[in-house]
Amino acid sequence: MNRASLLRSRIFRLVLVYLCFFTLAVLLLTGAIFWATSSSVSRQTDSTIDAEIRGLAEQFSQRGTPGLIAALQRRTVAAAQTRGLYLLMGPDNRVLAGNLSRWPDEPADSEGWLTFRLEFPEVEGGGVNFGRARTFNLRGGLRLLVGHDVRERDRVAVLIREILAWSLLAIFGISLLGGLLMSRALLRRIEAINHTSRDIMAGDLTRRVPVSGREDEFDQLAKNLNAMLDQSERLLGGMRQVSDNIAHDLRSPLARLRSGLELALIEDPGSAGYRDAIAKAIREADSLLKTFTALLSIAQAEAGASRDRFASVDLQDLIQDVVELYDPLTEELGITLEVRPLQAVRRTGDRDLLFQALVNLLDNAIKFSGASGQIEIGVERQEKTAILSVSDRGPGIPEDQREEVLKRFVRLEQSRSTSGSGLGLSLVQAVARLHDGELLLEDNAPGLRASLKLPL
Amino acid sequence: MRVLIVEDDCETAGYIAKGLREAGYAAEIAADGKEGLLRAASEDFDLAIIDRMLPKVDGISVVETLRGTGSSLPILFLSAMGGVDDRVKGLRAGGDDYLVKPFAFSELLARIEALLRRPAEGKSETSLRLADLEIDLLSRQVRRGGQLIDLQPREFKILEYLMRHAGQVVTRTMLLENVWNYHFDPQTNVVDVHISRLRQKIDKDFDKALLQTVRGSGYSLRE
Repeated sequence: MNRASLLRSRIFRLVLVYLCFFTLAVLLLTGAIFWATSSSVSRQTDSTIDAEIRGLAEQFSQRGTPGLIAALQRRTVAAAQTRGLYLLMGPDNRVLAGNLSRWPDEPADSEGWLTFRLEFPEVEGGGVNFGRARTFNLRGGLRLLVGHDVRERDRVAVLIREILAWSLLAIFGISLLGGLLMSRALLRRIEAINHTSRDIMAGDLTRRVPVSGREDEFDQLAKNLNAMLDQSERLLGGMRQVSDNIAHDLRSPLARLRSGLELALIEDPGSAGYRDAIAKAIREADSLLKTFTALLSIAQAEAGASRDRFASVDLQDLIQDVVELYDPLTEELGITLEVRPLQAVRRTGDRDLLFQALVNLLDNAIKFSGASGQIEIGVERQEKTAILSVSDRGPGIPEDQREEVLKRFVRLEQSRSTSGSGLGLSLVQAVARLHDGELLLEDNAPGLRASLKLPL
Repeated sequence: MRVLIVEDDCETAGYIAKGLREAGYAAEIAADGKEGLLRAASEDFDLAIIDRMLPKVDGISVVETLRGTGSSLPILFLSAMGGVDDRVKGLRAGGDDYLVKPFAFSELLARIEALLRRPAEGKSETSLRLADLEIDLLSRQVRRGGQLIDLQPREFKILEYLMRHAGQVVTRTMLLENVWNYHFDPQTNVVDVHISRLRQKIDKDFDKALLQTVRGSGYSLRE
């Protein structure tokens, strides 16, 4: 993760925006603290001044001007520690007592309060400071100023300001760092997903998104993505197997077709062998086409494309039509075809595909029933399910191979000698799924019972 | 008989035209929907074979436009799209028959013949006759040489269909579609057994066999 992409990332931008709001909130908070502190210090100064004034007023009322001057002089001596400011001026603007050299220029408010500049003499280090004081006009043209050097207060204020500024900076810095770390952690996990996707796109289908084990949202996302990838891989695997099978199962008829035509080329055109070879080639091509048609039907049934032309189908009629179509054939083969059970059941569905499914099941049953075999075909209703069933008394399918035969192109060893594409049951299953049902293969003891269970 | 082939694939069009010429038809080719529509509307053809996927104007639109002008030209759709939906769409647009690619030429030929000899609409027959074989469509009785033949209902339907297409080749698929009314693909020779039973009844005791097997394509009822 380089710097440019970090700055571009949505998470980092969100962190920055959040940081701005956070800083603003901290700024407001510290401002309020500063204001509260400094006003509290100011009030304290004022009340100290008030207390001093009360003491001086007592002296003045008891002992008159000389008492006041004496009290002021005592206090002036202590002023180095107390930081008091005092000034008593006579009517002729002469300093009678106090530690200020002159009356401040700043005007006082209606209650006599004023804040004024203090200029320090060079010996005290010089510089400018502020004083807070209250002024009174006394009898006989006397003017009194009692105040306090607020250097301390200002220093506290400056200190607080500095502390606040620094802590604000620290908060900003720490939050920025936290934001960076946080967004980097999130970006790393997103990057892990991106990395996996790129690997998969590059062809490594076995790659999976790492799961941290923290059971958080990212783990959930990772698990879902992995489940999706598993499913895709399974489907892809199935597809690959089907195409492998197609390639394998269509190779031999194509090879036969080719060699047949090659042989015909040697024959004298016009001879019986020549025509035979062509007729044989056409038969081979027809069987190939049939296989493709079956594959296409399966694909269409699986895609559920024909669901929009579902109509009400009388399953009883369907069974009777199949039996009527197959009766002569089974009779000729010496197979007994019995209809049992036969109940009136209707269901919406694709009539042609359901018929095709029944025909496939019946074809299979006939193929595996020898002479004097018995086949039962029927339709019944069990609660909320319509069951179309075809049972034979042939060799049946071993239990562990029943799953297998539903796959495309799978033909059991025992049926290698018979004709067929190995697609019949796959199509029946696809038709069952198209109708939200299932194809069940069971032991008919002996034989096989295939039932198409369709929910009503 | 002039047949118009509207097909953009030269090879397929050439193959159909060659086959049709050999079967005695005059075949002409239009390479796109626009040309096909123009020629079908302005020239005098007996039948049109129209591919569904065509450049410029697609097959369905060609047929719809043609039917919009009141033309009753027999039309056979050819399509690589084999879904039943597609068949229904094609027939609804005004096509008379629908054949999925790839197809056996004999199947195409049989269907063309069936389309060309369609009985005129509105004309209802009460009986059909071929040589000494006669079927009464009202009483559903079959006689050959005056002798009553007992047929099952389905056998009667097969015979009726064959009689209506007497002299032509009728394929197994055509029988399944028209007699059984199912569009499906049988893996076994179910139809053959029905035919041989019918043959037993109408031909066995007579000198001349009427129901003939056409190798590689289907059956034909002829003198």
